[in-house]
Amino acid sequence: MAENNPTEVKDEPSESAGGNGNGARSLLGVTIDPDEIKKKAQIDLEGLKQPTKTEVYKSIFRVKHDQTARSRTLGVLSNVFLHLHPAKVNRDAVRYNFTWGMGGISFYLFWVLTWTGVLLMFYYHPTKVQAFRDILYLEHDVPFGKLLRNMHRWAAHAMVLTVQLHMFRVFLTGSYKKPRQFNWSVGVILLVLTLLLSFTGYLLPDDQLGFWAVTVGTNMARATPILGHEGPFGPELGMTPFNDVRFALLGGSIVDANALLRAYIWHCIAIPGFAAIFMIVHFWRVRKDGGISGPAPIMLEKEIKPVRR
Amino acid sequence: MDWHQLWTIVSLPDNIPIVGMLFIIPFFTWYALRQARANDRLVERLENDPDMAKTHHRKVQPFKKGWVREVAVWPYLLRMEFLAAIIVTIILMVWSITLDAPLEEPANPSLTMNPSKAPWYFLGLQEMLVYFDPWIAGVVMPTLIIIGLIVIPYIDANPLGNGYYTYKQRRFAIWAFIFGFIILWCSMIVIGTLIRGPGWMWFWPGMTWDHNRLIFEINRDLHEIVGITSQPWIGIFGGLVVGGFMVVAGYACHRIITATEFSRKILGRMSLLQYAIMQGLLIIMLALPVKMAARLLFRIKYVWVTPWFNV
Ligand code: HEM
Repeated sequence: MAENNPTEVKDEPSESAGGNGNGARSLLGVTIDPDEIKKKAQIDLEGLKQPTKTEVYKSIFRVKHDQTARSRTLGVLSNVFLHLHPAKVNRDAVRYNFTWGMGGISFYLFWVLTWTGVLLMFYYHPTKVQAFRDILYLEHDVPFGKLLRNMHRWAAHAMVLTVQLHMFRVFLTGSYKKPRQFNWSVGVILLVLTLLLSFTGYLLPDDQLGFWAVTVGTNMARATPILGHEGPFGPELGMTPFNDVRFALLGGSIVDANALLRAYIWHCIAIPGFAAIFMIVHFWRVRKDGGISGPAPIMLEKEIKPVRR
Repeated sequence: MDWHQLWTIVSLPDNIPIVGMLFIIPFFTWYALRQARANDRLVERLENDPDMAKTHHRKVQPFKKGWVREVAVWPYLLRMEFLAAIIVTIILMVWSITLDAPLEEPANPSLTMNPSKAPWYFLGLQEMLVYFDPWIAGVVMPTLIIIGLIVIPYIDANPLGNGYYTYKQRRFAIWAFIFGFIILWCSMIVIGTLIRGPGWMWFWPGMTWDHNRLIFEINRDLHEIVGITSQPWIGIFGGLVVGGFMVVAGYACHRIITATEFSRKILGRMSLLQYAIMQGLLIIMLALPVKMAARLLFRIKYVWVTPWFNV
């Protein structure tokens, strides 16, 4: 055997195989000292007692978890999920009563909807034959399928509500005023996208509820001025049921297989994508506009400066 | 009285958000106005006491010399966010375990649902279909709502109330928004959900939804009431009525905008374009309740009939 492996033969110091006098033994050319091993094992055990001192831990977290201002700041800034935050905020802004937390809750619900939505996509086919059956399957056979569907549904309803409340609070605190004008406009786009997400999702179960809601909704598109075949100046410009905006939305002149597929793509890919992009801009601007607007010191009427034009 | 009908509507799982809204919106309105009142009292004290205004930290929240003005995000903000996430998750879990998302029969184009309702957040728009033709209710109005919201920061020339709750310093803005958001948007959603039944007919809470109910009401156009019968005149008359409404509404808005010395001062800061856009949006917003009243109280269908469109 040994002859077949020249390197092994060469590396083995065969003369000292019996040991070197202090209890150490050599195996395959590596000296083994029991005391040494014990010491090393002790070091490893010490490490288990203080996991934060290990190299693995330090390579992951990099920052000390103690109460110094430096560690707290670095803990936020060096974490990719937390770095949306500044290191410090207005002492009164962390109370619930100023923001009501509605922007953050909207974002959290969007996150919940993304996760539950992806899980639903594993079971759903956007075709006339399968869509409705997939929902039945989810409700009756898929483990936790019903819970999954319910959570997606109710989180969507809740998000429509929290986004509106967020807008209401931003208005009442005057937070859209200089320098946050543009972020308010980005927010309005987010509101519209939230409503559209909810609306496109309504059709997907392919049941009576969704079918008629979307029929009623898209019938209004017929009446679009200029672009709809029943709208003012539409017919005069050559609009028919087969070339107007409603046709473009539904991929046909009735709510059918193409409409289902289009709703699915808008709902699962296009609108979430746009919403994500606008949210990134929205959060970025919150930071760049100087963080959350308040609670700010009160300004008095006599302190108003004249407009500069 | 048929309270069972009301219960049937209210207990529909998809209507839970609206029932929630009935409590949540008034609660947060009260919560905001309460903080606004506290700030307004401080404004008053500071205005009456210029010395105090020089030294005061200008917030109702307590502050003492030597306190830091900013706190670390970790732990003070992040723990709130974490807590909020846990609470929302629990609410969502309980909600999802106790109530099932609706699923009707498979879609069937030959079997119309009656009433056939949009999702709750669009019921305001669907309710508007009663008062306006689809091109206004379904296309023009939503577009104007979106544009109107987007331009708010650019037409509000009042620099006060930036970053704190206040009522006194922003009376007009707050009334305008509450009018649009709560009185028009939210209450039309509530009407669409709780009041409208089969055939989109008006059923008061406690009335049974009668699918065979017929209402013999004759809606007339305004020009018929006045007695104009031939076309160019019908169109011209309607145009004059609509134009007249705009002038009156614009004048009324102008009176409100210039009612106090403070609001005149703010008006002085606005450019002509800002003023024109604000007036346009306010007039159109006012047109909704006016048309609703014309329809519900006087059974008027159209006020302006032309060969191309009707208003
Ligand atoms: C998907 C929808 C939205 C998400 C996820 C979102 C998220 C957020 C978050 C997390 C904040 C930080 C402060 C807070 O939590 O209140 C914020 C601030 C803000 N949002 Fe939104 N938002 C959304 C929609 C809107 C809408 C509809 C508007 C207005 C029409 C809006 C306007 C603003 C403005 C102006 C700020 C700065 C507020 C301040 O500095 O006090 N956002 N948003």
